[in-house]
Amino acid sequence: MIAELGHFSLILALGISFCLMVLPSWGVYSRNLTLMHTGGSMAAGLFVFLLTSFLCLGYAFITDDFSVSYVARNSNTALPVAYKISAVWGAHEGSFLLWTLVLGTWTFAVALFSRDLTVDMRARVLSVLGVLAVGFILFLLLTSNPFDRSLPVYPTEGSDLNPLLQDFGLIVHPPMLYVGYVGFAVPFAFAIATLWSGRLDTAWARWSRPWTNIAWAFLTLGITLGSWWAYYELGWGGWWFWDAVENASFMPWLIGTALVHSLASTEKRGVFKSWTVLLAIAAFSLSLLGGFLVRSGVLTSVHAFAQDPERGLYILVFLVLVIGSSLTLYAVRAQGIKSNALFTWSSREALILVNNLLLAVATGAVLLGTLYPLAYEAFTGGDKISVGPPYFASVFVPIVMVLFAFMAISTRSRWKDTSAGFSPRRQAVYFAAAVAIVSLLSALLATLVFPVILVTSIALWITINLADDVLTRLRNKRAKLRALVSQPLSYYGMLFGHLGIVVSMIGVCCTVYFSTEKDVRMLPGEVVSLGGYEFEFHRMKKVQGPNYVADQGEIKVSRDGEPVTTLFPEKRLYTASQSVMTEADMDPGFFRDLYVALGEPVGESAWAVRVHVKPFVRWIWFGGLLVALGGILAVLDKRYRLSRRTSESVVGASVV
Amino acid sequence: MKFGKMKTHRRNRLLLVIFVVVMSGSGIAMALLALNENINLFYSPQEIVDGKAPVGQLIRAGGMVREGSVVRSDTDLTVSFRVSDLKNAEFTVHFEGILPDLFREGQGVIARGILRDDGEFVAEEVLAKHDEEYMPPELNDVIEQAHSEAAK
Repeated sequence: MIAELGHFSLILALGISFCLMVLPSWGVYSRNLTLMHTGGSMAAGLFVFLLTSFLCLGYAFITDDFSVSYVARNSNTALPVAYKISAVWGAHEGSFLLWTLVLGTWTFAVALFSRDLTVDMRARVLSVLGVLAVGFILFLLLTSNPFDRSLPVYPTEGSDLNPLLQDFGLIVHPPMLYVGYVGFAVPFAFAIATLWSGRLDTAWARWSRPWTNIAWAFLTLGITLGSWWAYYELGWGGWWFWDAVENASFMPWLIGTALVHSLASTEKRGVFKSWTVLLAIAAFSLSLLGGFLVRSGVLTSVHAFAQDPERGLYILVFLVLVIGSSLTLYAVRAQGIKSNALFTWSSREALILVNNLLLAVATGAVLLGTLYPLAYEAFTGGDKISVGPPYFASVFVPIVMVLFAFMAISTRSRWKDTSAGFSPRRQAVYFAAAVAIVSLLSALLATLVFPVILVTSIALWITINLADDVLTRLRNKRAKLRALVSQPLSYYGMLFGHLGIVVSMIGVCCTVYFSTEKDVRMLPGEVVSLGGYEFEFHRMKKVQGPNYVADQGEIKVSRDGEPVTTLFPEKRLYTASQSVMTEADMDPGFFRDLYVALGEPVGESAWAVRVHVKPFVRWIWFGGLLVALGGILAVLDKRYRLSRRTSESVVGASVV
Repeated sequence: MKFGKMKTHRRNRLLLVIFVVVMSGSGIAMALLALNENINLFYSPQEIVDGKAPVGQLIRAGGMVREGSVVRSDTDLTVSFRVSDLKNAEFTVHFEGILPDLFREGQGVIARGILRDDGEFVAEEVLAKHDEEYMPPELNDVIEQAHSEAAK
């Protein structure tokens, strides 16, 4: 009964989204204010019915209603309740329902917080979001209904959630990621609405900026959590694989990063207007492409859901329609947009342009590598290839190194013209100082590795510039501390965002160059030494979990005879699905992780064991968290909280 | 046309265009070069047996692990197994390290590595499907082909 209620409210949500698509835009067309105003209540209704539908599915999971075939395939009576709830988005149908609910939530949020928009703009934006909602809900109902029952004969026991997903990381990672992905629908809707109205001024940049920032912050968080989850649950100590689906989330992030920066220039200085619109369209299109790649199964990926050509085709058609129509609209309307603001080559605008170009090129390179196997297969008549991770490393890394170098100087840049406060000589001194400090440190630690010295030096160079910028702001202020606290939150957002990148840079390069690992065959009592630590394989024992049995190893780690920690990696057999899972154990630390995973029993009482020592690996995710925090701080800035704002462009379009 | 005499905004525009072209051009060139070096072609057991796969290059190959063919060393982590297309073509894979959790006899695998000139495959990575439902598209084709030809 509850499942039918869920199905029914999904159908109602479809009806409402259809009205949301049609009524406000009809109002705009016929200049009917009443119709334009319907958007808000439609958005609320859409949200309520999608939420109802989602809660119904959650209820079916909690009450073990195995007559619903989605529940039967992805749950089990022995599954802990937290995982029963996260199992709602553990496979295709439910995760797409979550995706759609997130769209409904964003739509509702836009309706709530956009009262200072002009009536017709608000109607247009909501109506664009309505179009997307129609597409998503139709997809759910036509190809992937999570409420399908298998009556009259249904299983008495479910076949359990994929063990890889029975983990805290998977409870939080998909929702964060989806909030980010789908969040780009909002700047997309603003961009389309602006093109549609033909008033491509800088006001749309001010409206979209907080929305973009928050979506981007959540996407950052989602990717960071995903990488962390892969590290301890899936990856045998790897944290990024250049897997097709990881790339699918990374491309919108890269373009989103470009968008966050270019929106700033469009808002503050009225430049790059049409480029910013194009970025907003690209960011959302890449999110949709990600959805297509994950759900169609066209690419070999550790993330791919069971493939289904029909679903893939639907999303592909939807993708083509959305991208095609928005680019057509762009082509028709974006001409003749002129920005008259002048800026010099050392200005912040110019540096943001460099940032955007580099990020766009990086995205292009990742896109090429991700889609190349598909193109290759199509053109050669079925020959299958894969593009190896070295491709991505060798193309992506040089591009971001250039980007980071520009990032260092851009911190000190100013809008319009930087020459007054910027001195190349000082930058040279800073960079030399950074290189000297890093080289000295590496020499002391006896780890002279050129790429690490280079990356860390640039990281330090960026940090010095950030510090210099803070000090410059405090100069001439008497109460330094108060001046520091009274800086706008968006400034802190910038600081944290860039510092986060610095932290991640250091984490990535130290992990890549200093990690050591060994796969060894170990008998109880045997010792393997790695990276200055001794790992003693003490013994194995059987452990009983709620829905699994496990072989648990006990590994004593010591350094120079001093005990450091004892690790308990497990090899689990999940009884319902009879699937085997590796549960690694680690000793996390600020400067290094010790990581142990059990392979398989290899004769007698010997086990295959993998041990890792991974320096600075936590910094990768810590940096990601800082970046996300930066994005959120920028949104909380009080200038976005001013409820009354005139919608005219505040920025002089011509500052000649 | 002298560069120095151009109006500032026109010069700026020219510089911008040059900058964009150089930037994206070198990006694309770099990407294509790297792509050329890093594509790994996939070969079915039949193609390996027929000698259609290149020797000594990094390639991928896959099929089903033959029941009872997994042989482990008693002293280290070397393991070998036979990969077949469920018909008559099969080849030996050597690997040193930890096999994935879903590696099973009778199940599909994809190995990335190098074919030796004696026709045996040295894998540096072995991938198995990651859940019960999912089958990598490459393997699907190998198995479908094998089935459809067996039916003839």
